[in-house]
Amino acid sequence: MSSSISAAATTTLVLEGSEQGFATTRFEDVLNWARKYSLFQYPFVTACCAMEFMALASPRFDMARFGAEAPRFSPRQSDLLWVVGTISQRQAPVLKTVYDQMADPKYVLAFGTCASSGGFYDNYTTLAGIDKIVPVDVYVPGCPPRPESVIDGLLMLQDKIARGDRTAGVVKPRFDPVQLRRKA
Amino acid sequence: MSTKVLARLEQAFGASILETHDQFGDDTAVVDPSRWLEIARFLRDDEACSMDHFIDLTAVDYLGRAEPRFEVVLHVRSIEKLHRVRLKARIDVSASDDAADDANAETALARIDSLVSVWPGANWFERECFDMFGVAFSGHPDLRRILMYGEFVGHPLRKDYDASKTQPLVEYRAAANEKLPPFDQHEGMSFGRQTHAQRPAARNLLGFETPGLGED
Amino acid sequence: MEPLDVELSEGELELPNDPMQVLMGPAHPAMHGTVRVVLELSGESIRKADVQIGYLHRGFEKMCERGTWTQCFPYVDRLNYASPLLNNVGFALAVEKMLGVTVPERCQHYRVALGELARICDHFVCSGAMAMELGAFTPFLYFVKARELIWDIFEEETGARVTHSFGRVGGMASPPTPAFKEMVRSSLPAALALLADGEKLLMKNRIFLDRLENVGVMSKETAVSLGWTGVVLRSTGVPYDVRKVHPYMTYDRYDFEVPVGTRGDNYDRFMCRAEEIRQSVRIIEQALAMMPDEGPMNVDDPRIVLPQKDEVYSTIEGTIQHFKIVMEGIKIPAGECYSYTEAGNGELGFYIVSDGSGTPYRVRIRPPCFASTQGLERMIVGAMVPDIVPTFGSINMIGGECDH
Repeated sequence: MSSSISAAATTTLVLEGSEQGFATTRFEDVLNWARKYSLFQYPFVTACCAMEFMALASPRFDMARFGAEAPRFSPRQSDLLWVVGTISQRQAPVLKTVYDQMADPKYVLAFGTCASSGGFYDNYTTLAGIDKIVPVDVYVPGCPPRPESVIDGLLMLQDKIARGDRTAGVVKPRFDPVQLRRKA
Repeated sequence: MSTKVLARLEQAFGASILETHDQFGDDTAVVDPSRWLEIARFLRDDEACSMDHFIDLTAVDYLGRAEPRFEVVLHVRSIEKLHRVRLKARIDVSASDDAADDANAETALARIDSLVSVWPGANWFERECFDMFGVAFSGHPDLRRILMYGEFVGHPLRKDYDASKTQPLVEYRAAANEKLPPFDQHEGMSFGRQTHAQRPAARNLLGFETPGLGED
Repeated sequence: MEPLDVELSEGELELPNDPMQVLMGPAHPAMHGTVRVVLELSGESIRKADVQIGYLHRGFEKMCERGTWTQCFPYVDRLNYASPLLNNVGFALAVEKMLGVTVPERCQHYRVALGELARICDHFVCSGAMAMELGAFTPFLYFVKARELIWDIFEEETGARVTHSFGRVGGMASPPTPAFKEMVRSSLPAALALLADGEKLLMKNRIFLDRLENVGVMSKETAVSLGWTGVVLRSTGVPYDVRKVHPYMTYDRYDFEVPVGTRGDNYDRFMCRAEEIRQSVRIIEQALAMMPDEGPMNVDDPRIVLPQKDEVYSTIEGTIQHFKIVMEGIKIPAGECYSYTEAGNGELGFYIVSDGSGTPYRVRIRPPCFASTQGLERMIVGAMVPDIVPTFGSINMIGGECDH
């Protein structure tokens, strides 16, 4: 979805709906609903997590089921940036450029521990988490994360888009098996 | 089998072969760094050696443990005769360019001849060695950093380089570590569009009551 | 830092077209792996190329100097992440060479079987990604599906899908599960069938063949002097396979062949990989047949191998033994050694220096695709821009390994 059109549409509607305050919210809901199911993604694939990313794109896990099928290899056409793998200090300016080139609204998903926090590469060359340079919407921990948890992260992102929530979220177990056992 | 190679080297170069050993079955010769290139060329061209297969070139930093400080290590093998040899040369940060003061200690280089003319494969390995250890290879056609970026100061694999000292290229965001929602709020797919406030009371699809991880 | 975008003033908006400078990468869709090629083009043919790596340098060697020998395994896993088990075994063998121990025969066969499964995955990933970059998406899906079958076995055995950290000095983390042999025997035919399906789609595809044949040609002599090993070297006609030439573990007892190419072009590399998958299946079958179902998995040396968990919790000896190994690390005799194995891309060497303590003094990895990638420049100069993609794909540059 081209951002200029959506921004213009929103603006006119805000002007029109300012007396009622009704049309604006509804329209944004519709807009968010459309956004969440047509995520054009830019896979910024660098490291080990690429192996799981392949699995995610392939038939068994098939993220196309969730409206995130089409990879766009131009940042200008995409609205979800998957950062898959370790970002080194040398790579960081590239990531920043790619992020800056993306059109609004844009979302970032940190795939794996290295992208989220640098992981166990706590050293001179590794960027300790991409949130040092670009804002992140969803963190998916795991080294590499299982495809299931990435799908969970994708659904979480869609949920956030629908709610218009831009705070960062972390994929984590829904319940702790240890505590469940303790209660039982 | 390849002790023959060591014997051949000692026969050809005599006093320039400083020591030899075959610990763990790897034949090793420590050679005089000033004849490094000459010995390498001999290894490739001599019929009894014919070390045509370049394998590896690296360095080890023995800071404070041995003098001279660096040991450049070369591994080569012969495709035809199937033997291998390890060649080492000990070099130190060169004092010739008067760089011994503290400010330059980080960037001062050690020098040795380049082997690119013998094995073209040495090219990247020497660049890596230069990048990581600050060993300059004289005669190398294109000696610049390979793994790190040009702005990087120092040589990270030297023992006196602090492992966690980063040199970022991009300015970090001011709000880099904005707080994430606390762990007891349930993230994830919301069943039926609930807000966070409604979450704890909700039951998930499996019928478990969802206990908060940070509770009790 | 090299310029990300060429900066142009207003008057220079007319792009210089002969020669024209193009930066390919490091986030290029058709370059799996983060590498940048700076091209100087005349029309569409390449005059000069500068391959720049290092975008995935993660400081492997520095990190290894900080922990114990055993703590290197997770880092080793992430070198060639397409076949982590081969790296695990390679590193374990290097340390065992210095310790002077040999693992029991059952473990050797187990290591071979797991390693060859990992090699199959590696080749599937490489061939699949290469086909995908040339627009053939369906074979990629077939190959990933085949890989998925093997990953199921890994998951059952090691508990992880990709990064297993399963090797240990003096053995493996745990013995094979009772169903291991059966799982492998039932999965491999399915994987081979998928390989055949994928090949059928590709080997009659005119576009695919035209972009492979006689593209990226490398001569025998240059390949050797560049330090090439593995599939890329064998495709030029040099039959150098560490498993055959310097057999380690039990490789001298299996009957298998080493596929060799003739021209050293992309086609040869692709076909060598496909054939190696079949040979690996042969090795696995023999290893499974020779692997005893009972017997020790780890060497019998309390200084090297962790005790059983129930011993740790119930006996004082077990607790102390566990504590010594975990806190101080395994003591490796002082000295240096170079140990090499045949990994997915070629000779994976570890040059390790120990000062006699529980922490490595220096761990040097000799990454096979570092040498292969350095040959890329020679293969693409004079060719056309689209030739870069299959050539780069066929040398299987794996970022973690190439950039350390």
